[in-house]
Amino acid sequence: MLQLLYFARLRETFGVEGERLPLPEPASVAALLDTLRSRGGAWASELAPGRAFRVAVNQRVATTDAPLASGDEVAIFPPVTGG
Amino acid sequence: MNPADRIRVQIEPFDIGAEHARIAALGHGTGAIASFTGLMRSSNEGDTVSAMTLEHYPGMTESALVEIVTAARTRWALQAVTVVHRVGRLLPGDAIVLVLAASAHRGEALDACEFIMDYLKTQAPFWKKEDTAAGSRWVEARTSDDQAAARWQAGGSGGADVSGQTPRGKDGGGPA
Repeated sequence: MLQLLYFARLRETFGVEGERLPLPEPASVAALLDTLRSRGGAWASELAPGRAFRVAVNQRVATTDAPLASGDEVAIFPPVTGG
Repeated sequence: MNPADRIRVQIEPFDIGAEHARIAALGHGTGAIASFTGLMRSSNEGDTVSAMTLEHYPGMTESALVEIVTAARTRWALQAVTVVHRVGRLLPGDAIVLVLAASAHRGEALDACEFIMDYLKTQAPFWKKEDTAAGSRWVEARTSDDQAAARWQAGGSGGADVSGQTPRGKDGGGPA
């Protein structure tokens, strides 16, 4: 299983702070994003290729080809705006 | 993390004088303390902003800040670094972030302070939501912030890419 977390605008748009999902096949960030996009609606539009969002795996920013393993924490969030 | 450094994410206000005094008391090798304080503005994008709420990613925020300070320490000889970032609800005029960088001479302290802020604004997982007369809205990331952070990689001294990721803008904006 994966622990997913959503932050800021994406948390509000998706209407959920986080969820647990089974490992996608293949076990990669790209496959996870495909799974989420297949839900349609805001999931498909917000996570569409070219949209500005970041993915972190176990609290480190990751690229879409990053592998995933059971127990990983995967966060999806908009570009950061602190400071 | 270097024991002389202090990295905090907190709801409470911070005391700039006390943070300054902490570094000054560490030793007399320090010849310069550069400081940056970010304040909440009462307007943004042409609209009056009455309040702001800062959200972050607990755990990743702290490790991202440690990574940024560690990267600064590989570039400059720093005696001490302090980074304090507030979260929660803030009002115009409230201090949001404090960066102090101490070195033997001012050049390194000033450069390190700016480097840390440039990376904080583009790498540390904080998000601002501002309240305006038309309702609340999430602040959009600025391309100019990415450009400011990218400057440190273009100089050729190397090793500044604290996250290992491609800067946003080169890849069309997605995480790929």
